Amino acid sequence: MSMDAVFRALADKSRRRLLDRLRARNGQTLSEMGAGLDMTRQAVTKHLTILEEANLIATEKRGREKLHYLNPVPINEIAERWIGKYERGRLSALAELKKQLEG
Amino acid sequence: MGNGDRFVYVTFIRTTPEKLWDALTKPEFTRQYWFGTSLDSTWDRGSSWQLKTAAGRITDNGKVVEIDKPRRLVLSWKHELMPDVRDEENARAIFELEPQGEIVKLTVTHETDKKDSKLIKAVSGGWPIILASLKSLLETGESIERTRAFPKGM
Repeated sequence: MSMDAVFRALADKSRRRLLDRLRARNGQTLSEMGAGLDMTRQAVTKHLTILEEANLIATEKRGREKLHYLNPVPINEIAERWIGKYERGRLSALAELKKQLEG
Repeated sequence: MGNGDRFVYVTFIRTTPEKLWDALTKPEFTRQYWFGTSLDSTWDRGSSWQLKTAAGRITDNGKVVEIDKPRRLVLSWKHELMPDVRDEENARAIFELEPQGEIVKLTVTHETDKKDSKLIKAVSGGWPIILASLKSLLETGESIERTRAFPKGM
């Protein structure tokens, strides 16, 4: 389980889109994941495999179906590795300022 | 399981199932990565468990539903702090440990019978950082600093 795999998996718009779909609704089947997307079933399967290998999604067998769940643990590991506690305070202050200025 | 809400979290930790089991079930370990809380139980089937802050407030509790050391642990789960979450019943946390060579795959499933569960939403915010910190503790000897104490104002 390497951070390289996580970064590689995240470096693709379609895969980030699939993660967003799981964030909106967790525990979807392959068909549900691909519904309404401009992607073949094969492409969805390929992207889901890459995401699962990077441990960004967890899967579970339910009868004949496989359910997909968003697994944010590796993203937390990266956040802790790259964003120390001091930066975290500054970043949230900046995010808050941006929100107020743009809101 | 029915069609209620659930989360499935997975982390791969370079450790042994026995060490990981200890880290999950002994308060001297949980305090280091579980926001400073102590997880206490006699760990017999049917016995109760509590998660307690350093100040002695119980944040969560329940019963040991299933226990198969060091492979599988099922806990019934009730939250005690947040008013709109406190009333939810019938939630469970399932811990599964699978050795894979020199690493252990830890799967934590938190589920309930309810749709749009506030409990599942609330715990989903905590688990990823708790598990990242647990991994850090077992692999480096140090947990993530901000998971060592209970968040202020909660």
